[in-house]
Amino acid sequence: MGASSPWKAQHIAGAPNDTAPARTDAADATVLDVEGLVTLLEVLARRGYRVLGPRVRDGAIVHGELSSVADLPRGWHDAQSPGSYRIEHTDDEAFFAWAVGPSSPKREVFPARSVAWRGRVSEGEVAFEDGDAASEQRPTALVGARPCEAAALGVLDRVLGDRGAGDPHFLKRREGAFLVVVECATPSGTCFCDSMGTGPAAGNGFDLALTELAGDGGGHRFLARAGSEIGAEVLSCLPGRPADEADRAARTALLERARTSMGRVLDTAGLPALLARNVEHPRFDEVAERCLACGNCTLVCPTCFCSTVEDASDVAGVLERRRSWSSCFDLAHSYLHGGPVRASTMSRYRQWMTHKLSTWWDQFETSGCVGCGRCITWCPVGIDITEEAAAIRRSDGARRGRRGGR
Amino acid sequence: MTAGCGLRPRPHRVVGRRRLAGDVVSLELEPLEGEPLAFRAGQFNMLTAFGVGEVAISISSAPGEGSTLHHTVRDVGAVSHALTASRVGSLVGVRGAFGTDWGVDALEAEDVVVVAGGIGLAPLRGAIEQLVSSRTRRRRREGAPEAPHPGEHHPPREAREHHSTQPRPPHLHLSVLVGARRPDQLIFEDDLERWREAGAEVEVTVDLATPGWEGGVGVVTALVPRITACEPDRSVAFVCGPELMMRFSARALLDWGMDPERIFVSLERNMQCGCGICGHCQLGPLLLCRDGPVVRYDRTVASLLQERER
Ligand SMILES: Cc1cc2nc3c(=O)[nH]c(=O)nc-3n(C[C@H](O)[C@H](O)[C@H](O)COP(=O)(O)OP(=O)(O)OC[C@H]3O[C@@H](n4cnc5c(N)ncnc54)[C@H](O)[C@@H]3O)c2cc1C
Ligand code: SF4
Ligand code: SF4
Ligand code: FES
Repeated sequence: MGASSPWKAQHIAGAPNDTAPARTDAADATVLDVEGLVTLLEVLARRGYRVLGPRVRDGAIVHGELSSVADLPRGWHDAQSPGSYRIEHTDDEAFFAWAVGPSSPKREVFPARSVAWRGRVSEGEVAFEDGDAASEQRPTALVGARPCEAAALGVLDRVLGDRGAGDPHFLKRREGAFLVVVECATPSGTCFCDSMGTGPAAGNGFDLALTELAGDGGGHRFLARAGSEIGAEVLSCLPGRPADEADRAARTALLERARTSMGRVLDTAGLPALLARNVEHPRFDEVAERCLACGNCTLVCPTCFCSTVEDASDVAGVLERRRSWSSCFDLAHSYLHGGPVRASTMSRYRQWMTHKLSTWWDQFETSGCVGCGRCITWCPVGIDITEEAAAIRRSDGARRGRRGGR
Repeated sequence: MTAGCGLRPRPHRVVGRRRLAGDVVSLELEPLEGEPLAFRAGQFNMLTAFGVGEVAISISSAPGEGSTLHHTVRDVGAVSHALTASRVGSLVGVRGAFGTDWGVDALEAEDVVVVAGGIGLAPLRGAIEQLVSSRTRRRRREGAPEAPHPGEHHPPREAREHHSTQPRPPHLHLSVLVGARRPDQLIFEDDLERWREAGAEVEVTVDLATPGWEGGVGVVTALVPRITACEPDRSVAFVCGPELMMRFSARALLDWGMDPERIFVSLERNMQCGCGICGHCQLGPLLLCRDGPVVRYDRTVASLLQERER
């Protein structure tokens, strides 16, 4: 069923997610009411998907299994700033009036822990068992992902998918999945997707894109667009009417408001080159004074893809290669016999930040940052990647003094 | 020619095992089923010691040199220990071949300078074998034409033409400079002798001589200015060894008069996957398992290698 998913088409054709023509207009959108959303969840479940979506859990909006629209965070909002995240409830009727939570769709296509393979070695042979849970699981439908998250999946397609030659478990999970993106009406204080060109409108990388409209006099409703064949098929099963001028105008106004209410801005003009020529900038020493090297920023980032493997065997002789997320802030990440390559916090922060905004382009022809703001919100000391980049831009060419060594 | 990212290693049987030095063992591997793995000299495989772990190990045989795969492993940690301890008949997992190669197939009539430090000779051995066998044959052809053996490396057509119009002195134009800490840590000694007999200039030096050692003493970089078989302006250089040694070697080769564009080094970083998905082998703009391990020693690479000191 995933054969017609835009994700797959995208990396098989090798079309970069960031340069493929993005369709952000809603010329041929369908209008669904709340009943339409109810039906959407039912249709997805009937088609055999494991339906995931936003839910309130432990004081945050995170992804979980959805059994009905009643599970959605209706009336919930988030307030985010550097080092701070809080949710609050109002009697607002909107389901999607929040920005992003700590978990991202990355988890669904690249789990924090997985088994690369499992097998038994006897004298003459190795008998492998399928170690990946993806093979036993139903394909996932993720409802309520953000445009920046769809873009992040596009980034992972290039990195882990490697145009079909990459991580087979990722490719399998990705291929079968269905993505319902909901455009952003209420960006948070740490969002900067507008700077990164990944939001607040949904451009591509989705099966269905919804815009939630409420409070404009037209009633609580959703503008729905299909982004793939299978998306169009699902949309045709939903009760709706064609969008009119008023619906489209309401969406345009909503996106414009979102664009101007982003909490952060990142000037991306010449940014990869700016950082490449400033690896010796003193700002890296200053930020290292505050950075705890805790790795929170990498854990919450929807594009961070590093993993480490570890082999284990049990008493019955079954071997397992376990794969888990890892962070470039961890000393073991760059470990070579003799010690880590990046021993100082300075060099580890610099690795992370310059990778996201500069060398990712060299390696994967795309930005490693989609502007979701999570690393800013979830940093215990509130280090802000946009502010660090701006500081370097303000004093382009400054050089740190040599410490130790020659 | 990098392989895709299959996560499961292909089981191979250890069909040969030889101790080359105190802590260095060479393994000969044969697939349990299917074709032998295709590779180019300079590429590496991810080797699994079942139940212990997986590490990146260079291929030390040459493409077409028999049907088995050679890997030369120094016992320094858990996985390398298990690999060096594996007995003939036991199984080792192989994923690969990964990464860039020395580009021997693309060489035309260049002189080749090889500089190796310690176990760094392992990823270079295949390239030297290829050069020795192809150029030895070319030399024979220049004297008395002789049919090339099937399955052996043929120099590119341009190179052959170039050669016939501009006759060069009949020797290999191959200098192999080898350094080791102590004489008992020298590896591939039989090969060194064989390469010498085939016409290569082979110079060996140790940091620390022990009784009975009659060869040179000193750092390998000191051998560079004394090269006689190659000319700096017609050479390419392949360098592998500890990172500091590679930096000093590159400097010595530049001082000798080489073009930095023609100096290649093989770099090492933590590697968890070998195929571009784990993110551990970052070196600035490079993912070393994919864009390396063999890279041109240009200014970017030269400055990146100083990261370790920052
Ligand atoms: C492209 C490439 C090619 C390579 N080719 C070869 C080759 O041909 N031959 C070869 O022998 N190697 C090669 N290597 C190196 C090889 O991949 C391994 O790094 C090496 O074998 C060590 O692995 P290990 O797991 O056995 O040792 P490790 O477990 O990494 O241990 C190495 C040393 O560090 C110590 N150590 C381990 N963990 C820690 C810790 N947490 N803190 C402090 N010290 C620690 C150990 O006691 C040991 O002394 C290559 C590497 C790359 C990237
Ligand atoms: S670097 Fe920060 S803002 Fe950019 S995608 Fe990652 S978490 Fe989001
Ligand atoms: S930048 Fe913040 S979140 Fe990231 S490692 Fe440093 S302290 Fe932790
Ligand atoms: S070794 Fe995993 S990305 Fe290079």
